[in-house]
Amino acid sequence: MNAFVYHFRFEFRTSIRNKAKLGVNYLLPLGLYAMMGLIMAPIVPGFRETLIPAMAGIAILAATTLSLPEPLVTAREAGVFRSYKIYGVPAFSILVIPAVTTVIHTLVATAIICITAPLFFQAVLPANWPGFVITVLLMAFASAGLGVLISVVSPSSQMALLWSNIIFIPSMILSGMTGLPNSMLPTAIRKASRFLPATHGMNAFREISQGLSADFNPVGSLVILMVSGILSFMLAIYLFNWDWHNATRRGHPLFGLIALLPYVVGMFLLS
Amino acid sequence: MKDVVIHVSDFCKNYGDVTAVDDISFEVQRGEIFGLLGPNGAGKTTTLESLEGLRAPDGGSLRIMGVDPVHQARKLRNLIGVQLQTSGLPDSIRVDEAMTLFCAYHGIAPRFDLLDRLGLAEKKRAQYQQLSAGLQRRLSLAVAIAHDPPVLFLDEPTAGLDVPSRVELHNLMREIKSEGTTIVLATHDMAEVEEITDRVAILLRGKIAATGSPLELTATGSGLTKVSVRTKGSSLSDSEVTFPRVSKQVFREDYSIYYSTDVGPTVAAIIAHIEARQDSLIDLRVERPSLEDRFLEIVGEGSSQ
Repeated sequence: MNAFVYHFRFEFRTSIRNKAKLGVNYLLPLGLYAMMGLIMAPIVPGFRETLIPAMAGIAILAATTLSLPEPLVTAREAGVFRSYKIYGVPAFSILVIPAVTTVIHTLVATAIICITAPLFFQAVLPANWPGFVITVLLMAFASAGLGVLISVVSPSSQMALLWSNIIFIPSMILSGMTGLPNSMLPTAIRKASRFLPATHGMNAFREISQGLSADFNPVGSLVILMVSGILSFMLAIYLFNWDWHNATRRGHPLFGLIALLPYVVGMFLLS
Repeated sequence: MKDVVIHVSDFCKNYGDVTAVDDISFEVQRGEIFGLLGPNGAGKTTTLESLEGLRAPDGGSLRIMGVDPVHQARKLRNLIGVQLQTSGLPDSIRVDEAMTLFCAYHGIAPRFDLLDRLGLAEKKRAQYQQLSAGLQRRLSLAVAIAHDPPVLFLDEPTAGLDVPSRVELHNLMREIKSEGTTIVLATHDMAEVEEITDRVAILLRGKIAATGSPLELTATGSGLTKVSVRTKGSSLSDSEVTFPRVSKQVFREDYSIYYSTDVGPTVAAIIAHIEARQDSLIDLRVERPSLEDRFLEIVGEGSSQ
């Protein structure tokens, strides 16, 4: 069997065996979903219209920013990547395979939300399913790219957790996922929130998937997510170190900030 | 004719201002077990990891069967097997998965026969983190030799192992060597080096302080033979008593220990002295200098410089 396919199978099995990962991939987003459905849906007008994409967004963010980077950093710290180098496992496989398995988990969590939300919380299903799927995939791609990049530029698992939370917590508050519409934020904060993939994801979901009006150009948001995802993965592979202490660096970790350029451009160009 | 498999020439490696390896050269022949011996920080692991392609040298050249480890990493992969000092395997990987995964990257069928040979057959479904230290080392070794590499690097292979596991691993190394594999071994364990290596390089502060077979190395030392004597009475307890050819004497527990340049006259004089004092001999041991003695001598010389 092809080494990449076998590696993928191994990684997927490992992600199911790891209880902490399962917790972040399923328990956290589905627990939040249950809470939001029970508490916010009845009291926030219009929340049922965006409940499904918002909760799908939380599932994506939790898995890609909280669950993906830390095990990669821990594996590097434990010398696993050094063995991988000796046995010829390419950096591409080391970074992309965990990202793909993580995205698969987010898709499963999203499917659970899509099936149960209308039944339990009278949530509105996407008006445009292809648009919903495309937005989910692009948001997962961009967030997984950032997750992988965080794992590469972080010198320790603690730093990876810090970077992950710098993305996760503002995303939860500012992107509109938790019932506070992005359009209600002060102008400066609204602009600043466009620095987050979740804001672009929610913006695209509103119009492309749910048939509501977007806060700014939704196609532009999808383009930004795609370009940022491509840049993140390319930079992660370029900056990848087999061993933080030994390897000759190809570039300073701060080069990773280049992956955020599309968001900066979006802050000024999208209206 | 020499069949050189590993060629290290004027190799240097620095970490910032610290010189880890300072201009060392050595060669390893096909089918040899070559030991790298030295205290912590002597440069053993740096040398091994540079040969394995994990670190780029700052000077000199390294070749394994003519292959440059840094610039010909793909070629090197099939030539070497490596057991790293640290675990190097994911905690949750199962024994059979580890074998299948790494064999897949070598483009070969999984070598489950090696799991049987190394006593891992019953642990095939166990995760790496559930294995004892000895079994983890065996798995690392099984994975390292799965593709039948002509050169095998082992970094402290028996550290933390119990005596039976250690003996078993030594037997396995001899077996692998008998199949024509060259083994380079970094270790702290003098007995291990003395027991299984053909040649040794003693590294001290990044330099090779001595090289040769364990026998050659011990022979080039001070040459003092250790004579340990225990008597029923106290005929030897007087430190004023001296014996011919003894350059140093110490008292440890119930033994009087003499370091002699010529063991015959020394032993004869000791026995005569015991008899003259109407004492009786309980134990007398004559030991040639061990590699450990020679190693400590070299380390002592190095630190006094």
